[in-house]
Amino acid sequence: MREPGMKRDHISFIFRGSRVSLAGFSAHATLLDWLRLDARATGTKEGCAEGDCGACTVVLSRLRDGQLDQRPVNACILLLGQVDGAEILTIEDLAEGSALHPVQQAMVTHHGAQCGFCTPGIVMSLFALQQGAADAVTRPQVETALAGNLCRCTGYRPIVDAAMEACAGPPQDRFAANATERINALATLDDGADLFVGTQTHFFAAPASEDALAALYGAHPDALLLSGATDVGLWITKALQTPPKIIWLGRLHGAFTAVEMGDKTLSLGAGLTLADATAPLTELHPDLKEIVRRFGSAQVRASGTIGGNLANGSPIGDLAPCLIALGAEIELRRGSELRRLPLEAFFIAYKKQDRRPGEYLRRIIIPRPAPDRQFRAFKISKRFDEDISAVLGAFQLGLVGRHVIFARIAFGGMAGTPSRAPMTEMAAIGIDLDDPATWAKALAELANDFAPIDDARASAAYRSLIARNLFLKTLMEISGIPVDITRLSSLEASHAAQ
Amino acid sequence: MPPNDAGPDDALAVVSKPVRHDSARLHVSGTAAYIDDIREPQGTLHLAPGLSPATRGRIKTLVLAKVRAAPGVVAVLTAADVPGHNNTSHAFNDDPLIADGAVVFRGQVIFVVVARSRDKARRAARLAHVEIEEETPILTIEDALAADAKVLPDYDFRVGDPAQAIAQAPNQLAGMLRIGGQEHFYLEGQAAFAMPGEAGEMLVHSSTQDPTLLQSVVAGVLAMPNAFVTVETRRMGGAFGGKESQASQTGALAALAAHVTGQPCKLRLDRDDDFIITGKRHDFRADWTVGFDEAGRIAGYDVALNARCGCSVDLSPGVVDRAMFHAANAYHLPAASVLGRRLFTNTVSNTAFRGFGGPQGMLAIERAMDAIAHATGLDPLDVRKANLYRTGADVTPYGMRVEDPDVLAGLIDKLEASSDYRARRAQIAAWNKANPIIKRGLALTPLQFGISFTLIHMNQAGALVHVYEDGSVHLNHGGTEMGQGLFTKVAQVVAEEFGIPLDWVRITATNTAKVPNASPTAASAGSDLNGMAAQVAAREIKTRMIALATEHYRTPADQIHFRDGLVIIGNETIPFPQLAKMCRQNRVQLSHAGFYKTPEIHWDRAARRGKPFLYFAYGAACAEVAIDILTGENRVTRVDILHDAGRSLNPALDIGQIEGGFVQGMGWLTTEELVFDGKGRLSTHAPSTYKIPVASDVPADFRVALLDEPNRAATIYRSKAVGEPPLMLAISVYSAMLDALHSIAPGKQVSLDTPATPERILMAAEAMKSAQ
Repeated sequence: MREPGMKRDHISFIFRGSRVSLAGFSAHATLLDWLRLDARATGTKEGCAEGDCGACTVVLSRLRDGQLDQRPVNACILLLGQVDGAEILTIEDLAEGSALHPVQQAMVTHHGAQCGFCTPGIVMSLFALQQGAADAVTRPQVETALAGNLCRCTGYRPIVDAAMEACAGPPQDRFAANATERINALATLDDGADLFVGTQTHFFAAPASEDALAALYGAHPDALLLSGATDVGLWITKALQTPPKIIWLGRLHGAFTAVEMGDKTLSLGAGLTLADATAPLTELHPDLKEIVRRFGSAQVRASGTIGGNLANGSPIGDLAPCLIALGAEIELRRGSELRRLPLEAFFIAYKKQDRRPGEYLRRIIIPRPAPDRQFRAFKISKRFDEDISAVLGAFQLGLVGRHVIFARIAFGGMAGTPSRAPMTEMAAIGIDLDDPATWAKALAELANDFAPIDDARASAAYRSLIARNLFLKTLMEISGIPVDITRLSSLEASHAAQ
Repeated sequence: MPPNDAGPDDALAVVSKPVRHDSARLHVSGTAAYIDDIREPQGTLHLAPGLSPATRGRIKTLVLAKVRAAPGVVAVLTAADVPGHNNTSHAFNDDPLIADGAVVFRGQVIFVVVARSRDKARRAARLAHVEIEEETPILTIEDALAADAKVLPDYDFRVGDPAQAIAQAPNQLAGMLRIGGQEHFYLEGQAAFAMPGEAGEMLVHSSTQDPTLLQSVVAGVLAMPNAFVTVETRRMGGAFGGKESQASQTGALAALAAHVTGQPCKLRLDRDDDFIITGKRHDFRADWTVGFDEAGRIAGYDVALNARCGCSVDLSPGVVDRAMFHAANAYHLPAASVLGRRLFTNTVSNTAFRGFGGPQGMLAIERAMDAIAHATGLDPLDVRKANLYRTGADVTPYGMRVEDPDVLAGLIDKLEASSDYRARRAQIAAWNKANPIIKRGLALTPLQFGISFTLIHMNQAGALVHVYEDGSVHLNHGGTEMGQGLFTKVAQVVAEEFGIPLDWVRITATNTAKVPNASPTAASAGSDLNGMAAQVAAREIKTRMIALATEHYRTPADQIHFRDGLVIIGNETIPFPQLAKMCRQNRVQLSHAGFYKTPEIHWDRAARRGKPFLYFAYGAACAEVAIDILTGENRVTRVDILHDAGRSLNPALDIGQIEGGFVQGMGWLTTEELVFDGKGRLSTHAPSTYKIPVASDVPADFRVALLDEPNRAATIYRSKAVGEPPLMLAISVYSAMLDALHSIAPGKQVSLDTPATPERILMAAEAMKSAQ
């Protein structure tokens, strides 16, 4: 199919079982507005227009290794151009005549809707869960699938019950039965052409190869690079910005979305979604599994990419401190030139990164911690799920016997950028795990590394105390205190096992 | 449901059954229509408000030329464009529809853009040039107390000589509790769609709990008689009190724009604007003092309930009164002083929110109960039980006798046993001894919530029932559907009355032209009031149908029964539709407007005496929590609830109200934090920063049961109101947090304001550690 250099001036997607092609659309239109205003499909609701409440959840299906990959997304902050090459399924697609889909029926049976406004989004999140279920889902899986769907009426219990009933095994519905036809329909959309809709001054583009990206971005270094739109979407829906040139990275493959698991390093393409990065990061360390699980919501992880999370430069992005503590490097590309630098060097100041005009983040290379290294990462937020961190602490400590000989410590939420704690790292060298008196000096150094701020999420005093206590908790765990003593999450694990 | 009320009601066919919400299939299919889903007629215009950038001051300059010139703009409206009364408050005249000169809070609407699309209207609204001569705002409760700034005078209840009783008691404790406010976060934001008619008529589709109020506000704004204005509400995507008075501004702005332009006009607030413009649950500071004996029995209680009302009166009279009515919760106070202060601040005007002040009043005394337990070393449950109303000690601080204190006492005993409270208390004590970082806490708290509007005249309702000649029934009443299942419950009552299947009853949108002068759907009273009114209407029609059957079949009335869609007339049985058709042919009217007013209640506000409530709804909850004292993170690990919904009209819907109310209350007391910065700007104005509970916050072990005993008061099928009370069951979560913190330094007092965020819990834990 692929013909390098081929151009396309319209997006194509599958909607209500038919192919739709659009050429003249606003680069800033959201999928939700297209559904509600243009397609007059009002079943999908707007609750917040910032990707936090999930009332607008729809399912996007794409081809992945020849199979259907069905993911829930927030239509409110997804730009219409981003549905190119996908099948859109909305709440209106589920019932067949008067016969409700099993997820819908379970929601009715269990009284899972009260006011009903969040319900279409919840049904679509559960539909995505059901379509991907190989076995009966567990309660924690359901809770994770629903973290991005706010319901203000029910208290969720009946919704969780409905999910457990509807997702008791692999789907046996017409979506599964029609999988082959759906795959074939999607395959016809995949033409490998570079998408360019608009003019040289105002466009929505989606190159199909890195070479095409490098060329386009080189010619338009003022363009906005768009990954999942989980942040940029809000610039558009809330700040009402209208970036004139948008280059969407969602059609790139190869190195840009590759996972390379080496003996010494793990390399992740910048374009990997957080959902796709979950498995390799989990394999790297179990604490990262929990960090990624609590990253936004299923909808956010399905759209947002690891490259987007880093390149955005947010001081409270969750990946950066973890990867800095692990000693990760990033690879940037401009034209045909590649450049590597330590991740922490990328963050220069608040929302200012070391990225030159026309240069983009391509790959993250993470060294695997050596066997004598201990790693811990903790996220602290006001609400456990789907919340932005007040503080995220990540710690890599090297030990000889019971003595710390290496420390690499990074925090989010403590400064204008994700930052290392150099004074603390230095003071940590020489800690004797059996002598807590030696811990105090290193713990106290945190006050010299950081002067955090007060904001709506946390006070400076709380942030400082948390940073200290997370380091303390790390030392306690490394010194041998079991996690069922140190971690709340162990209570749930024991509950789930009951 | 086990039968426990031997009598004719045992034969109920529809009432008391767990039937599903009438819109359930529509909800899950995306076909239930909300305001923004109504198909727009050609020429529909869209509104966006322009908001004040200052907190307090006078508008010096408002230049709207760029706004008017923006693409797609049709009109820009200011206070000068209001033909009638530029206010949404008829009683106090202090809620301008559009600010006129003075600005009293940041985010107040100062102009409105009307444009061809919502996007164009919102973009244009940002182009105004506004200069405001700023004055120093009054922001906090302390600011207001210092300035003696109040929206209304203080009000108090007194019993005996509390100062003396406290002083003479063996022990005294005092505390100050800050109680946070709460954003409603209805999933469907405020929305209204106004359609101009002929000769000045106006039809407003609104997401409102109070169509009658909106009708009269729109009429006032447009200077038209009420009869020219119709308000219709099919359903709301959640309300929780936030669409009682607060829906008026959105509805009236849409109507004003439709009036000025002559075109259909819609306003759906952006979520951030909704947070900023509309009122919330009142935050309070409760200053309390209590005197008690060694057994934890209260001799005297003094509480000042300082409520931040915000910039106008709104519903604060009732909210603060209800906080005072519930300041004793379920406890007998031999001597008491309950003072309510309604403080003015330059912040958005706080309003109704599920519980309507009750939760704040209750939380203060529950806080005192735990303080007494911590001081005496008694189990907090024993302190609570020692103070419950009981025969002979059953008069509230406002002079109403509690006639059935045995119901709550029995309910608490049942829950204590079913939750295994004592054994778990011992296990938790052992756990806390062994664990240095994760501390557990347990609490069982009671609930006693008065049912009726405390404004007596609001306790009335109307319903309109038509029976058509095919036997189908059209039901309409003044109550509104916000997800609670009111329409379903009232339809159950009507179906039961006619002995027909529930799906023969067509429930229709609330409409001021069908049932006039309705009260808001609030105070938990929706089913009590509208269910009765609908029953009255159905019974009147049924009486007429029986009269015809008596005459036609020469059968006495007592031998005529309506059941299973049939009418049994002596030895004959005919289908219900056949009798309906006969009625039409015999010129029997098959329509009736029913009316109901709550009996018995009376309240003399000046004398502070009366019976403001027809009855009390009871409940209790036992919550277990775990907290991490290194981070303040916490989890609610198990909750047991036993709740008194009387003889439930619909157990499935009632359990939904209990679970949902509890979780909403838990959010209020834990993660939902409204943060105003030092300039009066709300910095938590979206779900990204304002955190309501998500699925994983709900305990996996969540056991909810209904008491299932008939209401002793004569309510509809002996059911009890269930909308608001369960929210206050969540006080058990806060109390369990206190218990967990107390374990750090037994005998020391805990200091924990709400919401008990991880930050507050960690800081409280630090304080306990230093107290060790």
